[in-house]
Amino acid sequence: MKLTKLTALAATTALCAPMAFAEDMANEMTIVSWGGAYSKSQLKAYHEPYSANTGVTILNDDSSAEAVAKLRAMNEAGNVTWDVVDVVAADAMRLCDEGLALEIDADTQLAAAPDGTSASEDFGELLVSECFIPQIVYSTTFGYRTDMVGDNAPTSVCAIFDTEAYPGKRSLEKRSINNMEWALICDGVAKEDVYDVLETSEGQDRALAKLDTIKDDVIWWSAGADTPQLLADGEVVMGSTYNGRLFSVIEEQKQPVAMLWDAQVFDLDGWIIPAGLSPERQARALDYIMFATDTQRLADQAKYISYGPARASSAPLVGQHAELGIDMAPHMPTDPNNAQNTFLFNYEFWADYRDDIETKFQAWLAK
Amino acid sequence: MAALTPISRKPMSMVLPVTAAAGGFFGLFLGTANGSGLLGVVLGAAIITGLAAFYIFVLKNEALAKWITIASMAVVGFLLGGIALMIVGALAGWFYHWFIYWLYEGRYRARLLPYLTPKQVLWHYGFRVICGAIFVFLITPILVVMPLSFNAQDFFTFTPEMLRLDPAGYSLKHYQDFFNNNEWQRSFKNSLIIAPIATVISVSLGTLAAIGLSQSHVPFRRAIMAVLISPMIVPLIISATGMFFFYSDIGNWLEGSLGLPKSFVGYVKVVLAHAVLGIPFVIITVTATLVGFDNSLTRAAANMGAGPVTTFFRVQMPLILPGVISGGLFAFITSFDEVVVVLFVGSAGQKTLPWQMFTGLREQISPTILAVATILVAISIMLLATVEMLRRRSERLRGMSPT
Repeated sequence: MKLTKLTALAATTALCAPMAFAEDMANEMTIVSWGGAYSKSQLKAYHEPYSANTGVTILNDDSSAEAVAKLRAMNEAGNVTWDVVDVVAADAMRLCDEGLALEIDADTQLAAAPDGTSASEDFGELLVSECFIPQIVYSTTFGYRTDMVGDNAPTSVCAIFDTEAYPGKRSLEKRSINNMEWALICDGVAKEDVYDVLETSEGQDRALAKLDTIKDDVIWWSAGADTPQLLADGEVVMGSTYNGRLFSVIEEQKQPVAMLWDAQVFDLDGWIIPAGLSPERQARALDYIMFATDTQRLADQAKYISYGPARASSAPLVGQHAELGIDMAPHMPTDPNNAQNTFLFNYEFWADYRDDIETKFQAWLAK
Repeated sequence: MAALTPISRKPMSMVLPVTAAAGGFFGLFLGTANGSGLLGVVLGAAIITGLAAFYIFVLKNEALAKWITIASMAVVGFLLGGIALMIVGALAGWFYHWFIYWLYEGRYRARLLPYLTPKQVLWHYGFRVICGAIFVFLITPILVVMPLSFNAQDFFTFTPEMLRLDPAGYSLKHYQDFFNNNEWQRSFKNSLIIAPIATVISVSLGTLAAIGLSQSHVPFRRAIMAVLISPMIVPLIISATGMFFFYSDIGNWLEGSLGLPKSFVGYVKVVLAHAVLGIPFVIITVTATLVGFDNSLTRAAANMGAGPVTTFFRVQMPLILPGVISGGLFAFITSFDEVVVVLFVGSAGQKTLPWQMFTGLREQISPTILAVATILVAISIMLLATVEMLRRRSERLRGMSPT
């Protein structure tokens, strides 16, 4: 009867193993973020101190890239498993409009600055949506291989379109946002007129025509890690990605890469709390948010990754990199030296035109 | 093996074109790596043909030719890319020397039957070359990640230090990361919890289903079979979407009405979903084994007074065990490798190893993934080797010759 015993044992294991495992998993929350170095910076600056203070177990889910779709599906299925979600501002606005995110009152539900300035004043105009608690300012910008451009280091974003001076492949994000703006700027449109031009169908065609001139030289990326890998391989001479990724390539990985800050596009990233949580989970999420977005915590995050804290009061507290010991301020996208020519991501424009322009862009890509 | 056929030297009209083809083949890879495939083919063919002509017409000394080829190719390799290419060059030199004389002296016919026509000889070796090429094609993607997992940098790149075989270009830090990083350890643990339980469920249900479906009196056998193996045929993303909504409702009921803890329900959902995916594999392998099962044995057992349960465990099960085990292995691997369904059905607490690899690859191209892949390949090889050894042992014990 050896086999019977074995089967019985296996069946018992099947029933008991998850039960035993479930015990130590109470009082926990699931925080969704982008993964990689960014999640690590949040782990160090927010999760670890918060867990130490409260004893809450924090689970990371690196699903921010599909946060909107997944939240919609979870809501439809009545089974929201996320407690706090890290999304870009544009996604936060969509979620807020659809009622999938909780509205936050900045002054009562977020911590005031140490000097007593209210949270709404401290975040200022970065509070772009009622549901959105800004965390960092990041920029999408370019990096280039220093050993592949010779003495002719690029200083303008239009180097992307100059395949004669900078032969080789370049990597651009596989979506219309940012690429359309850069194309128009390099086609001679003044910075302040870009969105007026992009509104019109002719303007969109003009941007695509400009992109068409380099279409054969572009490798399209969809994940933030693609351009760093392509740069490290020397497969592209320059490429766009988030500035924190480039910081890691240059300072932590010591690759022959340099920043091209010209026409960097600022964007915001921050937290939302999904709507429809049970009262206990919602209270815990709010408590976490109150802690994780206070002045000191936002400044702490900049020790691990080169994104600018979203609170004005955090900026003076930004210190040195936790491992490399270098000053982080000159690596912030908001540093005056880097921010000489910047481009502000226009949320309202993209909220209105994204679907049209994106369809056109993807159709152009497929041609 | 002794020579079957007396050998004789071959005419140049045959030796030179064949060596040229071999040289061109090697040159194609070197040339493509350096930018021009065509140039590589021409140069490779010219160099190897030149060498062959030189040895045969001028040097006429095989031992000396051997060392000249090995040394010169090694030097060229060293100049091109350091120690690693030097070793490759020396190996290539040895091979080409051997190849040239193998052709010229007609040694290739020595072990073949004397009456084979030239076409048959060509096919004999051509077939082996094709088989070798297929083997290389299958195994290279797996082998190439292994050295990369020892990369000292955080990229999927063969650095110059690695190519020079410089110890500074290698490190175990990605392995350390795997063993020290909580995310990786938790997902590994989750995989080790989910896959075996899903396998046990798949094997039990799948074996029962296969036995039932092999009875000739069961109505609608074909239709039932089609439904049961449909998870294998329906695109995974479709099943996954369906399962997401199906298990969400079940999960809500388990949590809400029965008051079970959230993480336990999460595991139940993923385990059940994976069991569903594994069942078709068990059904198919067990059904195939049952074809060779002699039903008169069960009747004989019944005749001697054994109940159906005893008959199953004492008579039928031992005989179909190889099919059950290989079905179980398939079910285990299905669950262990599965990423789509767990992305839908699981929540962060049930993050499995493939899920962690998937997000790791998308968000940060970290060689830790390669370290994990290498470890998994090693485990798979050990697992399959163990099963095979056990199988042979049991066959030996039963007095059968291993097949």
